[in-house]
Amino acid sequence: MYVADSRSSKAPVAPAETRPGRREAADGPGDGPGTVDGSTGDGRRTVARAAVPGTVVALGVVSLVTDVSSEMVSAVLPLYLLTGLGLSPLGFGLLDGIQNGFSAVVRLLGGHLADRRGRDGASRHKAVAAVGYGLSALCKPLLLLAHTVPLIGAVIAVDRTGKGLRTAPRDAMISLATEPAHRGRAFGVHRAMDTAGALLGPLTAFLVLRLAGGPMLADGGQQQGYHAVFAVSGCVAVLGVLVLLLFVPNRLDGAEPSSGAEPSSGAEPSSGAAASDARPRLRDGLALLRIPGLRRLTVCAVLLGLTTVSDSFLYLLVQRRLGLSVEYFPLLPLGTAGAFLLLAVPLGALADRIGRRRLFLAGHGVLLLAYGLLLSPLDGPAAVVCVLLLHGSFYAATDGVLAAAAADTVPAERRGAGLALVGTGQALARFACSLAFGALWSAVGGTTALTWSALALAGCVTGAAFVLRGPAAAPVAAPGESAPTTDDSEVPS
Amino acid sequence: MTTTTLPNRTRVLILLVAVVLLGAVGTGAVLWASDRSAERDRPQAGGPVVTRGEVTLKDPAARQLVFRNMAWGPHRDEVVTVPAGHPDGPRTSSGVQCLRFYAAAGTGICLRADRGALQDTYRAVVLDDHLRELRSFPAAGIPTRSRVSPSGHLAAWTVFVSGDSYAGTDFSTRTSIVDVRDWNLRENLEEFDVVKDGKPYRAPDINVWGVTFADDNTFYATVATGGQTHLVRGDLAARTLTTLHQNVECPSLSPDGTRIAYKKRVPGASADAPWRLYVLDLATMTETATAEQRSIDDQAVWSDDRTLLYAMPGDFGADLWTVPADGSGAAGRLLEAAVAPAYLG
Repeated sequence: MYVADSRSSKAPVAPAETRPGRREAADGPGDGPGTVDGSTGDGRRTVARAAVPGTVVALGVVSLVTDVSSEMVSAVLPLYLLTGLGLSPLGFGLLDGIQNGFSAVVRLLGGHLADRRGRDGASRHKAVAAVGYGLSALCKPLLLLAHTVPLIGAVIAVDRTGKGLRTAPRDAMISLATEPAHRGRAFGVHRAMDTAGALLGPLTAFLVLRLAGGPMLADGGQQQGYHAVFAVSGCVAVLGVLVLLLFVPNRLDGAEPSSGAEPSSGAEPSSGAAASDARPRLRDGLALLRIPGLRRLTVCAVLLGLTTVSDSFLYLLVQRRLGLSVEYFPLLPLGTAGAFLLLAVPLGALADRIGRRRLFLAGHGVLLLAYGLLLSPLDGPAAVVCVLLLHGSFYAATDGVLAAAAADTVPAERRGAGLALVGTGQALARFACSLAFGALWSAVGGTTALTWSALALAGCVTGAAFVLRGPAAAPVAAPGESAPTTDDSEVPS
Repeated sequence: MTTTTLPNRTRVLILLVAVVLLGAVGTGAVLWASDRSAERDRPQAGGPVVTRGEVTLKDPAARQLVFRNMAWGPHRDEVVTVPAGHPDGPRTSSGVQCLRFYAAAGTGICLRADRGALQDTYRAVVLDDHLRELRSFPAAGIPTRSRVSPSGHLAAWTVFVSGDSYAGTDFSTRTSIVDVRDWNLRENLEEFDVVKDGKPYRAPDINVWGVTFADDNTFYATVATGGQTHLVRGDLAARTLTTLHQNVECPSLSPDGTRIAYKKRVPGASADAPWRLYVLDLATMTETATAEQRSIDDQAVWSDDRTLLYAMPGDFGADLWTVPADGSGAAGRLLEAAVAPAYLG
């Protein structure tokens, strides 16, 4: 029934990862729902260009603009607290891990809410994303008013809640707007634009501080420059919300038959029932794990997340082990982001060609190389550049690629919740890892802790390769648009 | 939300109008801030008189107080001196700009910001007795503390390294010590071996700040780890930091070497103002609260063996206050619009 019900006029598309030799799919008109620019794939190049629908570009612009806004604030907030408000930085922890964990859980809620259908039968990805972006935009002017640590902490918590809410619906919209065969590239384009915003944000902030005339280190109680930054950041954030409201279609899954066609017959009947419910309940989120493909991917994302040393620890080790002068320390994240920015699109496209899960695994292999280089006796600037390049490649090969791989496994009507599940699992695992790594560092020292992490990562990559092994996907067409990645064995013939 | 059903032209038009409006708001905010900032370059009425003059760090004719002038006007942020006996008298400016400054025995340490095209960078500059640059070292972040040993042979500085978006908003510190005789630089005191409660200790979250020198090898500082601060005694030759006492920040050793003035985090205080000024007797480890009741965020300076000098927030950034070190008396304001003081002679 899953094939018969498919409205897709094209042959069921197996995600390229199952057939490396297969041509890039999508012959004939791309009638994927929400493909704004109605891509028609003639030649390979046309396909490549058309692979990024207008909706994805619009969402990319929203993320870019929003990241400029939020990174403007992040870049000057420490300076502002320290010199503008005269708060000693060691006296507070505004963003502790608990808040990060909270944000990850909010993501589940965002994904769930986004999948619930309104009266018109359409899911509300855009509405939930708009609330998320709107909340964060609201926080910028609030910073002008909040002058104490608890208040600023509260504003930042609201900002994080907005970020948590919007992540899953946004990724769901990217996946729904894109033909399955090109999702890797689409997510790559989005992540590249997102990272570009993150890089532009601090530059914009410092430009505003310059134009506002005050010295950056305004420890004369001068707050005007920072207020200008917050005001401009607020304006930029509003612009992001407007682009979302104006240029992202309300309905991306409107063309799909509403459920009934639980794509994966490997799933338990109850999960099928859950998915076909017009108003999925929150607890059905976990039932999504009954979909074998999603379960495997989540397990792997968690396993690998548990061995992914957090950025701050990695940079600390880079500085300690590779003999980096302290003045360059603040530049390390820029190196990672730069490599991520440059490689997100090509690696996303590569994921479409060789398989998303394969590239996701390979990305962690690259991270393992970075650990290895850190542990090697090599040092000096060249080693630092190599580590950052590998680190950025790791993000480019895993961040958007994981979302694309997860999208392959979840039916359209539960896309938000499914993506949130994988993302939250990974985020919580990384959080757990950073707690464990900190404890391990105290117990045995940074270098030994990294050695253990590298061994654990190697083990987890092997384990994940085992879990994700085999012919990944049968050519099973999801209703209208996707070919869920389930094992052959799970699909009754 | 039916915005996407609008014709393309309408949507683009709405966006353009929004860009113009938001751009106007943003531009207005920047111009307003710029206007307000410019006020600081004009002297304020009734403020201290500051004139350009000769400033020497070694053997002044009479005891002097040197500090960073915060008063508005052309000499804002410059290192100035006043006679120690007439602190509210006219200020003599060296013309040297520093964010933090300290001096002893003819050696000055000046933490300075250099305006770059895109971002400020920071340097720790060692100055001779005529405030001429001897050598400078790049610093990784916002300057906060600086000290010179009584002999003038060692200089120490602490900067805040702020986490950025990828590493969170957490801060860490970097503390460096340089020997001005051979320019041997200990760039990061975190690399010293920590001995906590008699046992070797290591952790990724170790932060060191607020060095105060006893002699050319021994110093005191704060080490923070696991959410707790410790007073440590540092040994430069042995590269060790040994914990002595808990809940001590920004220590300052008395001239007779027997007591430490410091910031103590007191229970029940608000997150914005958690510290009080205390004095610790090193022989008995007894803590004495000073009469200063407000929260303090400075590394105090000893005017003599009985009196402490420290900065508190003021109308123009900071003022300097004094209080007896033995817990008696009351705090009093010594002078306005000043920060980072040191006594010369």
